[in-house]
Amino acid sequence: MSVIPLALPDRRALIREASVASRRRRTVAGLVAASLSVVALLVALVPIVWIIVYTISQGIAAWSVDFFTKLPHPAGIPGGGIANALVGSLIIDGLAALMALPVGILAALFLAEFSGRLAGTVRFVMDVAAGLPAITIGLFAYAVIVVPQHHFSAFSASVALGVLMLPIVIRAGEGALRTVPNDLWEAGLALGVRRARVARSIVIPTAIPGLVTASLLAISRAVGEAAPLLFTAIGSQVFSTSVGGAMASLPLVVYQNGIQAYPDLQQNAWGTALTLLVLVVVLNVSARLLARRMRRHAR
Amino acid sequence: MSQLPMIALRPNEMATLAAETQPEPQPAMQVRGLGVRFGSKLVLSDVDMSFPTGRITALIGPSGCGKTTFLRSLNRMHDTTPGAVVIGTVLLGDTDIYSSDIEATQVRARIGMVFQRANPFPTLSIYDNVVSGLRFNGIRKRAILDEAAEGALRAAALWDSVEHKLRTSAMRLSGGEQQRLCIARALAIEPDVLLMDEPTSALDPIATMRIEALLRKLCERVSIIIVTHNMQQAARVSDYCGFLMVDDARVGHLIETGPTVSIFSKPRDSRTEDYVTGRIG
Ligand SMILES: Nc1ncnc2c1ncn2[C@@H]1O[C@H](COP(=O)(O)OP(=O)(O)OP(=O)(O)O)[C@@H](O)[C@H]1O
Ligand SMILES: [Mg+2]
Repeated sequence: MSVIPLALPDRRALIREASVASRRRRTVAGLVAASLSVVALLVALVPIVWIIVYTISQGIAAWSVDFFTKLPHPAGIPGGGIANALVGSLIIDGLAALMALPVGILAALFLAEFSGRLAGTVRFVMDVAAGLPAITIGLFAYAVIVVPQHHFSAFSASVALGVLMLPIVIRAGEGALRTVPNDLWEAGLALGVRRARVARSIVIPTAIPGLVTASLLAISRAVGEAAPLLFTAIGSQVFSTSVGGAMASLPLVVYQNGIQAYPDLQQNAWGTALTLLVLVVVLNVSARLLARRMRRHAR
Repeated sequence: MSQLPMIALRPNEMATLAAETQPEPQPAMQVRGLGVRFGSKLVLSDVDMSFPTGRITALIGPSGCGKTTFLRSLNRMHDTTPGAVVIGTVLLGDTDIYSSDIEATQVRARIGMVFQRANPFPTLSIYDNVVSGLRFNGIRKRAILDEAAEGALRAAALWDSVEHKLRTSAMRLSGGEQQRLCIARALAIEPDVLLMDEPTSALDPIATMRIEALLRKLCERVSIIIVTHNMQQAARVSDYCGFLMVDDARVGHLIETGPTVSIFSKPRDSRTEDYVTGRIG
């Protein structure tokens, strides 16, 4: 194809004209696209805002000092609280975090540092595990801990929740550790310091904000899960701090009271759901705030 | 700043004197038949060079000729790069640093390194940065650490400006101060040799000048090997010079080495001459 070259002024005019026309076209297309995305955004927000508003409006009526400090009442007797479930959740989730976070962070360090085939496999397995149904994990804990021991236990629930936390903390932790500049590794190694010491004293401290965020995200995911607790902690009407036995917990209260016909119990379910909502929001927001503050501090 | 010697090619007079009137000192380090490849890609081949004790040796050459690669083979930094292979002999005194009974950590504790970009540890204070090499290698005695910190900071010409704020974060220092902090950190473990990879390329002329002035004093206690892009800098600070360049197969070679004065005033190789006169590179 032969092209007859245009004189420079003509070429300039042609290009300017084309660009003006295309700008006009782009403005119209841009407006349409922008309004469509705004509509889509609103549609997506509706159910989320609805859930939040509905939970608040239903749950707030249950909230009182007694609600947080009393034990549950038997069905039919009004009032009663969730003190045992609050403490139970704290113990179960705390123990789960205690088991999962150190392991998860070390695994994250491994993934961030090594890029061999093993790391690739682990990363793939963790991605799959992140999508594992919570109920499956619960069933697993039931099979390997509850059944051999012949009794339900808070410990088995912690194991299930710990397994649930692992992939989250590993992948988010890996991301946090990867943001540590390679310069710092090299600076440490160049001083004749061993790898493990560089990791412990330099790399992990530098990544702390991200690791804390990763941990809080994992905890906040686990806090609201009921499925892994159904056949592990099983729930309890009494106050218990023994991890070897059955224990109450917030998601179980929501589930067990929510399906009852008694309005009092239902109201307590909503009150507990609101408590969980607040907990998760607080965990998420503090994760973010903490990360930001520590990062600023580190500079 | 009329005497800011950024343009004039004026080899350091002290250095000139040293190189011309004194015999070349015993080598602090020597390499023989050194080659480096990454995977199957040969980057540096057949390098023989020696680095005199208590002197500053500069490595110069066009971008990509393998200066950084060469420098990192001198303290076994390539051990951390998967696929990197170093062949040949690298002697520190008369120990082969690649011999199988020597650990990389031992080598690096005796051969310090300063990087192109200042890299202080962001979570540590100024003091903790300086003593990190000692502390992380197991030295805990407060008195020893204090003494090492002051000594190293003085040697890096930083003591007077940080003495009153040793506990503050290292990240509050200016770029030039951070780089001097990194020099202090490397000096605190009392290395025999200090490797520097374009240590001033991210700094302004004044900070650069400070560091150059510092180097002249430092070479009394440590032999310095410095990579630089800046020929004026090589001429100003170094006693000896090695010029590297790639061949047609993009493999780096050491073209010429010798006292800085001769490299700049009467190079033996025409490629060296082209480079130092600014015709290539
Ligand atoms: N880790 C690596 N893997 C593969 N190739 C590498 C690696 N490091 C360096 N190289 C290659 O080796 C050659 C020399 O690189 P090197 O960084 O040593 O050059 P240089 O002389 O320091 O350049 P500059 O002046 O730009 O810093 C380049 O072609 C580079 O692409
Ligand atoms: Mg380089």
